[in-house]
Amino acid sequence: MTDAPHVLVIGGGSTGCGIARDLAMRGLEVTLVEKGNLTHGTTGRMHGLLHSGGRYAVSDQASAKECIEENRVLREIASHCVEMTGGLFVQRPEDPDEYFEEKLEGCRECGIPAEVLSPEEAREMEPYLAKDIKRAIKVPDGAIDPFRLCVANAASAQEHGARIETHAEVIDVLVEDGAVVGVEIKHDTGPGKRVHREPGSTEKIHADHVVSATGAWAGKIGDMAGVDVEVRPSKGVMTIMNTRQVDTVVNRCRPKGDADIVVPHETTCILGTTDIEVDDPDDYPEEEWEVDMMIDTLSELVPMLANARTIRSFWGVRPLYEPPGTGTTDPTNITRDFFLLDHEDRDGLSGMTSIVGGKFTTYRMMGEKISDHVCEKFDIDAECRTADEPLPGSHDFSILRDYMDEFGLRSPIGRRSVERLGSRAEEVLKTGEPNPVVCECEAVTRAEIQDAIDQSGSDLNAVRIRTRASMGNCQGAFCCHRMAHELYPTYDEPVAYEAFDELFQERWKGERHALWGEQLSQAMLKYSLHSTTMNADHDAVRTGSAIDFSKFDSGQTTAVAGTAGTETAATDGGLPPANGGDQ
Amino acid sequence: MAIEEDVIVIGGGIAGSIAALSAADTGAQVRLVTHKKSTLRHASGLIDVLGYTDGESGPVHDPFTSLDGLPEEHPYSLVGESAIRGGLEIFDTVTDGAYSGAHTDQNALVTTSGGAIKPTARYPTSAAAGLVSDDRSMLIVGFRSLTDFNGELVADHLAAAGVPFEVNGAEIEVPGNYRADARVTRIANALDLNKDLSYNGRTLPAREAFAEAIKPHLGTADRVGVPALLGDDHADDVRADLERSLGVAVFEIPMGPPSYPGLRLEDLLFDALDDAGVRISDGNPAVGYETAADGDTLESITIDRRGREIPYHAEQFILATGGLVGKGINSDRNGVYEPVFNCYVPHSDDRYQWFSEDAFGEHPFATFGVPIDEHCQPLTAEGKTEFSNLRAAGGVIGGVDPTAEKSKSGVSLATGYAAGREAGEAI
Ligand SMILES: Cc1cc2nc3c(=O)[nH]c(=O)nc-3n(C[C@H](O)[C@H](O)[C@H](O)COP(=O)(O)OP(=O)(O)OC[C@H]3O[C@@H](n4cnc5c(N)ncnc54)[C@H](O)[C@@H]3O)c2cc1C
Ligand SMILES: Cc1cc2nc3c(=O)[nH]c(=O)nc-3n(C[C@H](O)[C@H](O)[C@H](O)COP(=O)(O)OP(=O)(O)OC[C@H]3O[C@@H](n4cnc5c(N)ncnc54)[C@H](O)[C@@H]3O)c2cc1C
Repeated sequence: MTDAPHVLVIGGGSTGCGIARDLAMRGLEVTLVEKGNLTHGTTGRMHGLLHSGGRYAVSDQASAKECIEENRVLREIASHCVEMTGGLFVQRPEDPDEYFEEKLEGCRECGIPAEVLSPEEAREMEPYLAKDIKRAIKVPDGAIDPFRLCVANAASAQEHGARIETHAEVIDVLVEDGAVVGVEIKHDTGPGKRVHREPGSTEKIHADHVVSATGAWAGKIGDMAGVDVEVRPSKGVMTIMNTRQVDTVVNRCRPKGDADIVVPHETTCILGTTDIEVDDPDDYPEEEWEVDMMIDTLSELVPMLANARTIRSFWGVRPLYEPPGTGTTDPTNITRDFFLLDHEDRDGLSGMTSIVGGKFTTYRMMGEKISDHVCEKFDIDAECRTADEPLPGSHDFSILRDYMDEFGLRSPIGRRSVERLGSRAEEVLKTGEPNPVVCECEAVTRAEIQDAIDQSGSDLNAVRIRTRASMGNCQGAFCCHRMAHELYPTYDEPVAYEAFDELFQERWKGERHALWGEQLSQAMLKYSLHSTTMNADHDAVRTGSAIDFSKFDSGQTTAVAGTAGTETAATDGGLPPANGGDQ
Repeated sequence: MAIEEDVIVIGGGIAGSIAALSAADTGAQVRLVTHKKSTLRHASGLIDVLGYTDGESGPVHDPFTSLDGLPEEHPYSLVGESAIRGGLEIFDTVTDGAYSGAHTDQNALVTTSGGAIKPTARYPTSAAAGLVSDDRSMLIVGFRSLTDFNGELVADHLAAAGVPFEVNGAEIEVPGNYRADARVTRIANALDLNKDLSYNGRTLPAREAFAEAIKPHLGTADRVGVPALLGDDHADDVRADLERSLGVAVFEIPMGPPSYPGLRLEDLLFDALDDAGVRISDGNPAVGYETAADGDTLESITIDRRGREIPYHAEQFILATGGLVGKGINSDRNGVYEPVFNCYVPHSDDRYQWFSEDAFGEHPFATFGVPIDEHCQPLTAEGKTEFSNLRAAGGVIGGVDPTAEKSKSGVSLATGYAAGREAGEAI
């Protein structure tokens, strides 16, 4: 082994994955533990906006400057996770002029390219904007896939020797003589990849330093170590539409408010959001009025949203933090900046640092700061390279090659696979085997599913976040079972069915919030397909009920064509068949 | 120019077709008006009558002996056993030779593409050799370039259910030079027309090529189950040819859309409607209605023919527009409604009461539909008939969850029969 210090990172969100990559690239020995899948926390439940900084240009210029800087970095190092859609701040007639001017001025002060568009110009870019809009500011906002980004960071960390353990919850922080020396974790199954039905285990991992990147859950890890970390979780709703009503990020240009942004994402558009403080990041109400507010308020900007189809809604909790004694009452006023808590300086507990607050867009910068801090503790002089070295999948490669022919894929499918996989396309898609489509809505082929299974075991939600399979309009109606069948024979029958049930239930969780109109009809079709055609709701194996087969119709004695000289059924005159014993 | 009939049926699914045939049987002049294709393209093509009840833990083995346990507002309780038998009789006549199961009241247990066993009352003859109460050994074949099911996994799942026979699975390459993602429709078409396909360096007619691909996996199996794509117009020949080449029985396992068994049933129903002299107008939706001065008697329905509203007059009307999937029942954020006559559809004002948290829980949305009386007449919130000459049939009827119960098509047959007959007899 190496002499490099061993750092244990808790949390597989953007922050934790970013830190793990950075430290591993600097040559430290790194272990990352995450209680769920990568992105299980807030990172998997965010809006997908690659901030230009425009949103903070008036209220929080420090954050705004970080955003534009990182926005430029991520376009380079994470090109296969980013779509540079551009963004608009749109002013309606009732929105204040002063704010518009402040926004424009703020953008310029922060170095965010900003251009004023007339209503005609704005509507030329986004034809579905309301007819009465006053004007707009164009900024370089983008869309970013949080799942792909985290997985790529973790993969890069692994390439640099890190150990990544998902489904490994920290259940205790080990403290000896006033110093943190490691953690105890509980593996759901394994260690290693998650495989349903494999027994779990606990493991004590010793480390030279522990970094808690647990976002809204940082207080709980703090408790385990005996230190106070006052995170103030604040929830927000996001509602997913069935198509891209807009191709540009559309922000409302008025002082902060709820329901003021639409982000195009892959085949969908996501409306958001709210900002309401909650007590427990794992247990808070998901409410109807929040969904209604997204649709009603944002249709003032994009009227067609009022009657468009939504496919699901989900909620996330912001890991807001403010130093003790600040006492801000309105969560929307809490800073979006991040804080590095050195528990040695702060609480006299050495061996552990927490990082809280911040934003997804600035994850890399946060990772850099934390890594600098850790390296300083160990007197290591290693440069941060994460801003220059592209992530796996984002290396230079030419999209111009004819992937359709090369991989035997029909054109829209080939194009979308390659967009998702980036420079990994060749490695993943060239299997030499038939490569049929598993998820039609998102154009995901078997090769991509198998690649994801390789990475993540029998966990189909982990396959989902890697591939987008089951995330489209039908919400897995036609592909949840296909995905489960792809697990076989790598995993056996009981595992495949348990994995299916888990995925199906996870999909339902968000669909419930979109059950009216077209999507209710779609949900009924999904329910019919799985309950009627496939009888999944009454499956004797899953319910564990024994069937007395002799009580059912065993058919008429039918001769096999061409063997017994007759091709028609020899009817038995309606009598119960030989082994049907219910006479 | 007014169009005048004795009976107008709105909706061309199983319920509407059976209602039209049942009304025509009484001698009435019938017109069937339907907007889109029925939901049969999505459906398995199986005809479930009653598979599960609240009182019984396992699958119902005889639907008729389990009717007593149903609640009194259940469509079966309202129309009675004779209507179920009447509907089945029409169905059996229409599908003679193409469907099995009429020889007994017992339910059959069939193999589904999800691997679970399911009780049903009538099954396509192409699926007949797949019954699970038959003790012949079985091979389940999946096609490697189709993703609907893995044959080996389905076989393992059947074995886990304790089926009374040996079952094995196999995954085979689809013969032919398909691109990686062979489409169900292309394979079905190649088999239907017995096109030449390349297999193992040779060129063979499709049916022979498939038999060759399956043969090495046969082992001691007496029957072979394959994805339900064995042809379209010539499905019987495709299966017979495969059976001849393989020397064992072959059966189809129904899948999701495009469902060939469902599409074949749709063809049979439409042929029967033609034979019975039912006039069919398809492609345009019914969007409204006119009543007589009493406000209680329907005089006509309004059909939207590309923006032009045309009245269709009749003495009796049958609403068979399906449920949430067929669009006979619709909803928005504020409520659930029946779009043609605005019939009463019971539902909670709070849309968060429309579903269960559990994906396979008791979903109120699955029970959405119009309430009816014993004459299949839709009822208002006060329990009065909506219109004196309107009846309902099939998925548009609410109150129970026929999906969970496995009674979807049975309810369509029974209410279609009853509504059609009563409408015809009222003339
Ligand atoms: C509604 C909403 C919308 C947002 N939109 C945007 C946006 O558009 N753009 C943007 O840049 N930012 C956005 N953000 C902010 C951004 O999502 C977060 O700042 C960022 O994702 C936080 O990442 P993180 O890694 O710090 O936390 P998390 O992603 O929450 O990661 C913490 C991880 O720690 C794990 N964990 C917790 N306890 C344990 C334990 N005991 N053992 C092991 N693991 C544990 C959790 O499972 C979790 O995965 C949004 C936030 C919200 C709430
Ligand atoms: C995925 C799926 C699987 C199924 N599997 C099974 C199974 O295994 N076993 C079983 O027994 N049953 C099954 N069914 C149920 C069965 O196929 C029928 O859906 C059910 O019997 C209801 O039939 P219906 O005729 O009432 O409605 P539908 O089939 O929905 O037909 C309604 C018709 O009315 C038309 N229509 C609607 N509105 C208007 C209008 N305003 N004007 C004119 N026409 C209109 C529609 O276009 C459609 O053609 C399944 C259904 C689905 C969706």
